Amino acid sequence: MSEREKEPKIRVNQLTKIFGSHSQEALKMLHDGASKDEILEKTGCGVGVSQASFTVDEGEIVVVMGLSGSGKSTLVRCINRLIEPTAGEIFIDDQDITSLSSDELRHVRLSKLGMVFQNFALFPHRTVCQNAEYGLEIRGMAPAARREKAMIALEQVGLSGWEDYYPANLSGGMQQRVGLARALALDPDILLMDEAFSALDPLIRSDMQDELISLQSRMRKTIVFISHDLDEALKLGDRLVLMKDGAIVQIGTAEEILTNPANDYVARFVENVDLTKVLTAESVMVKPKATVLLSAHGPKSALRFMQKQQLSQIFVHDKDQKVIGLVSADAASEGVQRHETELHHIMQTDFVSVAPDTPAADLIPIMANLPYPLPVVGSDGKLKGVVIRGSLLAALAERGRNNNA
Amino acid sequence: MPRIPLGATIEAFIDFLVTNFSFLTIAFTRIMENVIRYLENGLLFLPPWLFIFMVAGIAFWLTRKWGIALFTLLGLMLIWNMGLWVATVSTITLVLIATLTALSIGVPIGILAALNNGVNRVVQPILDVMQTMPAFVYLIPAIPFFGLGKVAAIFATVIFSMPPAIRLTCLGIQQVPRELVECADAFGSSKWQKLFKLQLPLATPTIMAGVNQTVMLGLSMVVIAAMIGARGLGGEVWRAIQRLQMGSGFEAGIGIVIVAIILDRVLQHVGTKKR
Repeated sequence: MSEREKEPKIRVNQLTKIFGSHSQEALKMLHDGASKDEILEKTGCGVGVSQASFTVDEGEIVVVMGLSGSGKSTLVRCINRLIEPTAGEIFIDDQDITSLSSDELRHVRLSKLGMVFQNFALFPHRTVCQNAEYGLEIRGMAPAARREKAMIALEQVGLSGWEDYYPANLSGGMQQRVGLARALALDPDILLMDEAFSALDPLIRSDMQDELISLQSRMRKTIVFISHDLDEALKLGDRLVLMKDGAIVQIGTAEEILTNPANDYVARFVENVDLTKVLTAESVMVKPKATVLLSAHGPKSALRFMQKQQLSQIFVHDKDQKVIGLVSADAASEGVQRHETELHHIMQTDFVSVAPDTPAADLIPIMANLPYPLPVVGSDGKLKGVVIRGSLLAALAERGRNNNA
Repeated sequence: MPRIPLGATIEAFIDFLVTNFSFLTIAFTRIMENVIRYLENGLLFLPPWLFIFMVAGIAFWLTRKWGIALFTLLGLMLIWNMGLWVATVSTITLVLIATLTALSIGVPIGILAALNNGVNRVVQPILDVMQTMPAFVYLIPAIPFFGLGKVAAIFATVIFSMPPAIRLTCLGIQQVPRELVECADAFGSSKWQKLFKLQLPLATPTIMAGVNQTVMLGLSMVVIAAMIGARGLGGEVWRAIQRLQMGSGFEAGIGIVIVAIILDRVLQHVGTKKR
């Protein structure tokens, strides 16, 4: 919990945005607890965002979720004041954004806030490289220096070689990479991503999500990501902010929201979630009942372990606890008959394994025809656990029940 | 019911302006007349055939179309052949000055109107009046201010041809997608940066359509302007009307059409050349 104690990167406090000319009256009604519809009827004002408070820590991806019209786009535009908030405070690095003069605001936008737009918002009269350069050009950087920086950003998003094309020559996915590069070229602390991948085909969208995750693992930006797609939110978000009618209904990690929905609305929102995408190999694996050390055991003792634990295979590890192979009961008993003393000769070294953060959805096809339990191996090569068909199904059934409760 | 003295009031107002300010406008006229004369003499200094080849070359350079270059060459040759060369140069000079003036006033007003709602609300009704008021009406006050001649004709032409430049500049800037403007803002652009790096480049095709319209309207004024002594091709037409000379009237008319087609085709390509 030590992370929570340090000062958040972005702190939004009681933020309210009311559209219309009688906003003060509407604001008063809102504080008195009137609903969005009542306010619209009485004052003719629309409530865009209603008393929203949340924080974003440094290096964290927070996904703001909600259906269209729930105020999520308005909320994020208040953070860089593309939309002027009616009331409330926004702090970035302890600087109150709402009280800045327009010059100071421009400076903050230039130095700290990158933004990526739903429909890419690329400048059609500029080449890919000139688009990526835009922010640097606004900063007044010399042409050669900004081109160099833009090229680095383009390379990061995998667009080297496309710099002299115009956006119209690029596919949607590539255009959004340009949008991302344009924001990254400025090296901002914060990225605001407004439905950045929503306009893309599902397959491309999934690619871009993976790409963002891998970029984020290198760059550790603070990201506020807007999405109406729950699967996307679950995939990207360290934490989710769920909005309805301009108000925040729940804030929490994916697991918290799925397993403990704050109210019926959230429960209904998340009921169609494909649990196999949320759960990872780590959360559905079980501890292996037994393993054998290569140098210390022979076929005989391996066979005895398996008989004792009623296993048909056993994993073999070396002195550093690294998994190096597995031995099946059949091979072991054959080895015993042949008076084999070393596991080497009967061990199968060619086996499938997965990383702990592999989504459960990806496990199912891997496991379909696998004759042995699927080992989950950490980046250090150590065996973390095994996924057996029973444990996977049980985990899915278990979470599913909580979710529908 | 008493008659509302609308006409009398306008007349009194213009009289007031004439009495108090015409010394300025007359002085301005003298200077302008000299500028026009130098410009015309400059253009006439070159032998017509050389000038014609140069114009055809420029037309090709701007459009990259052989057809347009060829038409320019043959068209201007025909005008020269009809003995209308001096009149044509005079008309081109007048249109050039009038359009450049109209554009240098109209485009900035269009930009202001696009960026500022208040300005827009004032400008729109004025434009409606400018466009629907018969062009002849401008000629009347033009004479006391600028005297008979080319400067008065230019004044009337500027007023008559300016509205499309204003309207289409305004439209072009307003048509820049909102998301792009938002994006420029999000990246911390100042108003000027937004204007010059985003709004004007994207509005260029529309603004060029306005420039085209302005030039065409300017050309269409030359006959009317001839009535207050602008001479040129319009003057030839005007003289043919008064003497009922159908042949020379048509010849001068064809000259105007040729100049109009050349200017239109070249300007269209300048506007759409960029992606």
